[in-house]
Amino acid sequence: MKQLMLGNAAVARGLYEAGCSVISSYPGTPSTEITEEAVKFPEIYCEWAPNEKVAMEAAFGACLAGKRAFCAMKHVGLNVAADPLFTMGYTGVNAGLVIGVADDPGMHSSQNEQDSRHYARAAKVPMLEPSDSAEALEFAKLAYELSEEFDTPVLLKMCTRVAHSQSLVELSERTEPAVKPYEKNIGKYVMMPGNAIRRHPFVEERTRKLQAWAETAPVNRVEPGTDHKIGVITSSTSYQYVKEVCGDTYPVLKLGMAWPLPEKLIRDFAASVTLLTVVEELDPIIENYCRSLGLALVGKDVFPLEGEFSQNLVAEKLGFPVHTGKVIDDPIPPRPPVMCAGCPHRGLFYILNKNKITVLGDIGCYTLGAVAPLAAMDMTLCMGASISAVHGFNKARGAESESKTVAVIGDSTFMHSGMTGLANIAYNQSNSTVIILDNSITGMTGHQQNPTTGYSIKGDPAGKIDLEPLCRSLGFNRVRVVDPYDLKACDTAVKEELAAPEPSVIISRRPCVLLKHVKTEPPLAVDPAKCVGCRSCMRIGCPAIAIKGGKAHVDATLCVGCGVCEQLCGVKAFQGGKKEG
Amino acid sequence: METKNIMIVGVGGQGSLLASKLLGHLLMEQGFDVKVSEVHGMSQRGGSVVTYVRYGDKVNSPVIDKGEADYIVSFELLEAARWLSYLRPDGQIVTSTQQIDPMPVITGAAGYPENLVEKMRSAGAKVDALDCLKLAEEAGSAKAVNIVLMGRLSHYFDLPDEAWQESLKAIVPPKFLELNKKAFALGKNA
Repeated sequence: MKQLMLGNAAVARGLYEAGCSVISSYPGTPSTEITEEAVKFPEIYCEWAPNEKVAMEAAFGACLAGKRAFCAMKHVGLNVAADPLFTMGYTGVNAGLVIGVADDPGMHSSQNEQDSRHYARAAKVPMLEPSDSAEALEFAKLAYELSEEFDTPVLLKMCTRVAHSQSLVELSERTEPAVKPYEKNIGKYVMMPGNAIRRHPFVEERTRKLQAWAETAPVNRVEPGTDHKIGVITSSTSYQYVKEVCGDTYPVLKLGMAWPLPEKLIRDFAASVTLLTVVEELDPIIENYCRSLGLALVGKDVFPLEGEFSQNLVAEKLGFPVHTGKVIDDPIPPRPPVMCAGCPHRGLFYILNKNKITVLGDIGCYTLGAVAPLAAMDMTLCMGASISAVHGFNKARGAESESKTVAVIGDSTFMHSGMTGLANIAYNQSNSTVIILDNSITGMTGHQQNPTTGYSIKGDPAGKIDLEPLCRSLGFNRVRVVDPYDLKACDTAVKEELAAPEPSVIISRRPCVLLKHVKTEPPLAVDPAKCVGCRSCMRIGCPAIAIKGGKAHVDATLCVGCGVCEQLCGVKAFQGGKKEG
Repeated sequence: METKNIMIVGVGGQGSLLASKLLGHLLMEQGFDVKVSEVHGMSQRGGSVVTYVRYGDKVNSPVIDKGEADYIVSFELLEAARWLSYLRPDGQIVTSTQQIDPMPVITGAAGYPENLVEKMRSAGAKVDALDCLKLAEEAGSAKAVNIVLMGRLSHYFDLPDEAWQESLKAIVPPKFLELNKKAFALGKNA
């Protein structure tokens, strides 16, 4: 039966059909839905781990125990999990182990545009790269076969346009593989120098065998063309753009395996065409391999290193007609993403901005605190960096910065990699102030549970880590909780903790307003007779408030009655909403 | 058949996902190859969002590029204008007349352009503009704007009404079916 299926759902289906039993992942756009779809299959145990390294190691443990396992992450998550990945290349697997990694060219929801294919080459593990949902399903199953046949973890590389596009797939039944016996094997699984030295030649030999497999594997195929003036080597979503533009005009070598690459297949293809052209998004991985073979080609000298490709871009570079459209003369104001009306982060960022605090930020919805008019963020780097960096910042500048610099980090990001930074502050003694924005969920990726929420991926009750005793046990005497809807309380807390002679943690606690169980208040309204048009309420950047005819106006369809704007109004022009007491 | 292209554009959170689900179901049932491309994550937080729906004998690219859209279905006027360059020379815009100020307009850093429907028409675009919010409320819920728009879009399709009704039934929860049928009819007959 054919179904229209999201690429990530197709991966989950492939895992299911392949008999995968254990999945441990950390959410990250555009990889999140793989695990969210897989949890719908009762045959698969699924969990959200605190971070990608933990997830990958949990999946490794499951494969060691003899069951097919999987973990998913976004491209930057693979940096976090790179440590186990490189050595898992040496140990190999017992039952099959597949690692899903999703790149985000164009940075729809990411802090960089790194190309995960480098990891396959660097860690010497094979990588499959589907170009639509049907391949996502098929390659997920193939990945397990390769993993067990060649004794290796296998990377399954998605990108935004494959992960978040729906296309047709054919479903099959699940095959339930027998649990592999676990046998103690110190030489294979205990990677201390004496053993690892003996495993390294195995890794190199495995790559040679995988390369030989890639020469004739159906995932790498030549599609004939009528005109051999140009021959295109391509993969992933770039393949789809090339076929869209060229149809069957030029021959295409479509690579479904991103690493290792098939030398003979590439050489033979290059010899059959006049001008070899490599079309790949981001970095020149295929191109550099071809150049290492001494092949002349057109690649990144013409195609960009940055951003997503499209059919118009490929058409322009390959000499096909480019489509254009109409425009109007008026400038169209941009519509950047904004913090939602009633977002609990807004009040806190307003206070940080008002007090001219230097804010070292982190990864999550609250990164939007950097956007005007709040503009309350000075740095965002990677998961957990806010806390580590505020310590370094304060060590560099001493008491001068300690009294006016904070780290802000969300609850999920704190559990991901904030705790070790906190330990560093306590251990190496900077007088740093850390604000944990606890909205009781992983927000940006679409509401995933985490170790502080008390619920599992299925929404069932789970272990719950309380932030206050955790921070205290990491060496912080000053831990206080504040409601970010209460501006005065936030102001006092920030000023007092920055002035305090020892490090402190402020937990700004209020659940994400988009959570279904959060009760909102009736919308506020502005009394135009009272409003003097001073724009004080505009300083919080709430999408529900606009100035109309010189007076503030609240959009009742957006307002959730959080009352933050009301606290800024000097003439009490806001009415309704939350009742006092 | 040559691949046809429909773009659904709007503001994050307006319900474009259900519209693309309806179209995906409808076109697959007609035996077409279909691709639907969405964007998740940060872009959804009140930002400009776009969904691509493509169908035909064989669809390759999951996205629609400039000058390629046969239809642009827009939940919001400024978003229709933002994506205008993606319309084919003979393409059709179906838009709600709702206006939602983006943050640069709210803060006063930019203005919301006036008379956008007329300006898009003078640029040579075919524009079908209607107050979908009002029609959705008439059907029983402001959230049914997406189905009002689908009803209006069905106007331009050479498909029997039953095909649309069956897809509606397949993707809308039973308790909201009557409401959505009404919203669909109001859009279609507006």
